[in-house]
Amino acid sequence: MWDYTDKVKEFFKNPRNVGEIENPDAIGEVGSIICGDALRLTLRIDKKTGKIIDAKFKTFGCASAIASSSALTEMIKGMTIEEAAKVTNQDIANYLGGLPEEKMHCSVMGMEALEVAIANYRGAPVKKAMVGEERIICKCFSVTDQKIIRAIKENNLKTVEEVTHYTKAGGGCGKCKPEIQKLLNEFWEKEETKIIQHKEVPQKKKLTNLQKIALIQETMEREIRPQLKADGGDVELIDVDRNKVYVKFLGVCLGCPAAGVTLKELVEAKLKEFIDKDIEVEEVK
Amino acid sequence: MDKVVYLDNNATTQVASEVFAAMKPFLTEEYGNPSSMHTFGGKIKKNIDASRQTVCDLLSANDPSEIVFTSCGTESDNTAIMSTLRSYPEKKHIITTKVEHPAILSLCKYLENLGYRLTYLDVDEDGLLDLNELKSAIDYDTAIISIMHANNETGVIFPIEEIAEIARMRNVVFHTDAVQSVGKIPFRLNEIPIDLLSLSGHKLHAPKGVGALYVRKGTKFSPFLIGGHQELNRRGGTENVASIVGLGVAAQLAKKNFDDENTRVRKLRDKLENAIVEKIPNVRVNGNKDSRLPNTSNIGFEFIEGESILLKLDEKGVAASSGSACTSGSLMPSHVLRAMGIPFTFIQGSIRFSLSCYNREEEINYVIEQLPGIIKGLREISPFTNKKS
Repeated sequence: MWDYTDKVKEFFKNPRNVGEIENPDAIGEVGSIICGDALRLTLRIDKKTGKIIDAKFKTFGCASAIASSSALTEMIKGMTIEEAAKVTNQDIANYLGGLPEEKMHCSVMGMEALEVAIANYRGAPVKKAMVGEERIICKCFSVTDQKIIRAIKENNLKTVEEVTHYTKAGGGCGKCKPEIQKLLNEFWEKEETKIIQHKEVPQKKKLTNLQKIALIQETMEREIRPQLKADGGDVELIDVDRNKVYVKFLGVCLGCPAAGVTLKELVEAKLKEFIDKDIEVEEVK
Repeated sequence: MDKVVYLDNNATTQVASEVFAAMKPFLTEEYGNPSSMHTFGGKIKKNIDASRQTVCDLLSANDPSEIVFTSCGTESDNTAIMSTLRSYPEKKHIITTKVEHPAILSLCKYLENLGYRLTYLDVDEDGLLDLNELKSAIDYDTAIISIMHANNETGVIFPIEEIAEIARMRNVVFHTDAVQSVGKIPFRLNEIPIDLLSLSGHKLHAPKGVGALYVRKGTKFSPFLIGGHQELNRRGGTENVASIVGLGVAAQLAKKNFDDENTRVRKLRDKLENAIVEKIPNVRVNGNKDSRLPNTSNIGFEFIEGESILLKLDEKGVAASSGSACTSGSLMPSHVLRAMGIPFTFIQGSIRFSLSCYNREEEINYVIEQLPGIIKGLREISPFTNKKS
């Protein structure tokens, strides 16, 4: 059961501006049935003043998708195109008195449809085409890197889970979660903020060599080997020299073209996470 | 309707008044511990044994000692699988299906990460299994086959008699998650060689927080909850006396109600389903209609989304559930309907109606009256319908 505000409930119960404007001056279509929500926005625009005289919507989706779409049409009626172009998903959510975190993507859908409609008014197609450098990150919901970065920026998102709530990316099979994390890292590094992604990790005590080796072994047993074994592979600890860890791959990992990636993104990443961020892992053949 | 029309009985059921009445003394004056030496506590053991007997009778099992009380269906499922894996430590292969309840599926994913080899059997568009696929999946390494009896979302029933025979022939332990079917259809465990069977109290008018695991005599067993000697050393933890007593009474009632469930309730379900198919265009019934629980109907409404339908029904005082993405708690819609290969246009708008013996004909008539308007209204908002539908 979602905790919807009274305003969301009201806009779902009695949605304003349902329908389609005949011969509209602008159309914006986003989403699909597979994604779970879709919106078709039509606008009547006064060509002289650039004002939106009328806005109508048709939405496939849950209560918050319908409410967000309806709220959007109410908000932009009377605005000029320039004013409407500044409407963000946060504005839509605020208009409704807030949306559950998991439903923020409904407000994003509203904003996107509006953007497509404005672009359409200016001559672009009614459906958003992929532009230039855009790259699909989440294949389940066809979410591009540009959309994710924008959501991170405009909503100050810090975790993969938050990105999923706002864009749906990562909400299907979950295979793109590492890529989303990478986008988050890149974005926040660029921003030169000092925000640490999760919580402040308390400073770890300096370990003796024996403690460190024991911890490496324990981490490999718990975090690394089960994952490799699930795919028919395995890994063995060979030696530890200060922060250099030497390991040997076994089973199908031997000669696997992805072994290099596994070494860095699984073995080294886990050891960095649990033991020391300065650890480097090398494969012994 | 002044009362809620409750058509979500596969989620949970109303506690029968007889069940509550039987439980009440054990929540008030009869608070003793059945393991105690004194009479005040010790005498309560016979109430637990009485429940064991009625659950045994409900399943037509051979002996009441084959029933182990647990805290829920999930615990029963987990116990069945973990117990068997511990009993056969050399075997690393598990066979299950793609449409199991998360109590099995999430555990299997977890075990997969630990290095177990998993086979997830496919289902066809009707939600049915291909038993040849099962036969060829079994090998020397297979520790357990865990296949549900009836699906919670569609009500589709798997042929556990045949599956049990296949497992027996190949000498593999067979567990069935029968949480949705126990109490709705009769069992003959004295004839069908099922080794382990899970059931849950709150699906058959007992309270939440009690379940049972049937463990056929001769089945290797290793406790999941390790502790005291309760349940013949098979499940540590002081017995949930009141709920176990409640489950016992619920089992008696269920046995008495089999006829009602399979005649009157079935008729009501069919009436609802047929009326919907007749009155509303662009709908489909999900799941094989011949091999199905008598109380469940899963219907896909094209072009609209399940959460909206549920909330509109909710406004009218009707409680049901949906397999759409927005209601699943994740962003992907029902894994069951996806495994069946049902088109997304129907999955997102799928609604499950599940009845019980407490539903009355006027309630069904009321839903039949309300639903077409709700569907029409939402389709008017949808961009995927044109004006004519």
